[in-house]
Amino acid sequence: MADGTLSPAPGAAAEPLREPRGPKPRKRFSRRNIFIYGTLIFVSAYYLLPLYVMVATSLKGMPEIRIGNIFAPPLEITFQPWVKAWSEACTGLNCDGLSRGFWNSVRITVPSVLISIVVASINGYALANWRFKGADIFFTILIVGAFIPYQVMIYPIVIVLREIGLYGSVWGLVIVHTIFGMPILTLLFRNYFTSIPEELFRAARVDGAGFWGIYFKIMLPMALPIFVVAIILQVTGIWNDFLFGVIYTKPDTYPMTVQLNNIVNSVQGVKEYNVNMAATILTGLVPLVIYFVSGKLFVRGIAEGAVKG
Amino acid sequence: MSASVRPVQLFRNLNAKIAAIPMILTALVIFVGCSFWTIFYSFTNSKLLPKLKFVGIDQYERLWASNRWLISIENLAIYGFCTLVFSLLIGFLLAALLDQKIRFENTFRSILLYPFALSFIVTGLVWQWVLNPQFGIQKIVRDLGFESFTFDPLYNPDIVIYGVLIAGLWQGTGLIMCLMLAGIRGIDQEIWKAARIDGIKTWKTYVFIVIPMMRPIFITSLVIIASQIVRVYDLVVAQTGGGPGIASEVPAKYVYDFLFLNQNLGQGFAASTMMLVTVAIVIVPWAYLEFGRRKHG
Repeated sequence: MADGTLSPAPGAAAEPLREPRGPKPRKRFSRRNIFIYGTLIFVSAYYLLPLYVMVATSLKGMPEIRIGNIFAPPLEITFQPWVKAWSEACTGLNCDGLSRGFWNSVRITVPSVLISIVVASINGYALANWRFKGADIFFTILIVGAFIPYQVMIYPIVIVLREIGLYGSVWGLVIVHTIFGMPILTLLFRNYFTSIPEELFRAARVDGAGFWGIYFKIMLPMALPIFVVAIILQVTGIWNDFLFGVIYTKPDTYPMTVQLNNIVNSVQGVKEYNVNMAATILTGLVPLVIYFVSGKLFVRGIAEGAVKG
Repeated sequence: MSASVRPVQLFRNLNAKIAAIPMILTALVIFVGCSFWTIFYSFTNSKLLPKLKFVGIDQYERLWASNRWLISIENLAIYGFCTLVFSLLIGFLLAALLDQKIRFENTFRSILLYPFALSFIVTGLVWQWVLNPQFGIQKIVRDLGFESFTFDPLYNPDIVIYGVLIAGLWQGTGLIMCLMLAGIRGIDQEIWKAARIDGIKTWKTYVFIVIPMMRPIFITSLVIIASQIVRVYDLVVAQTGGGPGIASEVPAKYVYDFLFLNQNLGQGFAASTMMLVTVAIVIVPWAYLEFGRRKHG
């Protein structure tokens, strides 16, 4: 598609357009290209800077940090801060590092992702193919509810969870994530199932398949791509959550983000910036890996997720 | 089916109804029930525990007389306005740049979007470090010879919210750029050709033809940004903790602190109800325009 004549923009914003007559030879170093690539490279550098600073700082020793600046590359590379962040850093009285938070986050994220997706996919399927009276009303409430600030609902949910004995436990938090993931996921699945041709559904009905039969034998296999999108969306979202973690769990079950914040922003003791940065990278690593591995699917996920707001 | 007994309405399509139970419960109990519960109890003087002792609009009067709440609202207004303007502007400009049939488009897009994968906690902590006056940007410029250079937004109550803004924009503009790029790509190539034949300058085509055509994308972005702004909490907690003093407080933090730290539930409920009102002011006109119009048109 690198056809010069089709290119929509021979002039960048600052440059006047020369009358295009016939195919123009493409110069590699035109002013337009220098402007575009220059700007993009500059902006990219700005976006990458914090990542570089994090990594560089985490590989330095404290003496080196005190004499230098944060942009200087590490002279003597040490992995001690990473070890300390993972297994020794203190939050309050506990000094077993971020590893505890990591495993808590795993124990929170895995069931939350599974349950929220199972619930929402069946729900979306029912809404798309088995519409019943009143379904639209509930669905509208669900979508509008996605805009309600969480702060309005957090306290009553504390009471509900306390009543059923799950307040402070991992499972309480799993329920909360399932609830607040529901609007976007249900929308995602409903829209996907609606786009599957109606004839397929009718044919299965004629063949005598029921609600669950059609779901497991036809819809589920066809919806695999959207399941991947949903998983990416939920894993990053739940892993990155802070507000629900800090409210609905206890220090023993704090997810990684909460523990990270407690380690870095604790007031006691000398600030160990290298350990803090190592801990920060460790916490950001899971979503970053997902982001770079999943690539286009991630973009698709957030684009579809974003449409709901 | 002419069965002698008319099937009970409730049991028709039973499986679908069972499948929808979680949704119905969430919609009714959480979104409707819990919201009304909070609004209801915001008119009581609940302290440590919710109590049904009504005090009228006392909590709201106290709220709006509180200096901390006023600062929170002011911060939210500044942060919100700047985030809206800059993410739309930067997001669109970057999308327009990426749209120029450039090489390495995917690489650039990955770089611009990766912060969005990071949590606000990570974002806040990184920028707390980059903006640290002792080791960060200020120190570097001073080392270059500008001894009196000062850039310490996180330690200056007057500008601390802009320090938070820098981090917030770094994290969020990538998403807006992606949406805008999808919007630009969605525009018919014929329009570009027509504009070129008419000799319209590229930037004019963008401003006068492309942007008006992207109205739905702009509105979607606007709603996304707006609903995220009201919730801003993690970022402030991680980056400044509301400080210095109370200079970077935001409403969401006010609610959290009053509900879970200060044990003044009534005040927290009143503040969260005000947040709900703020969102409603943004969302209701949008929903009306988007969905109300669609039905008539």
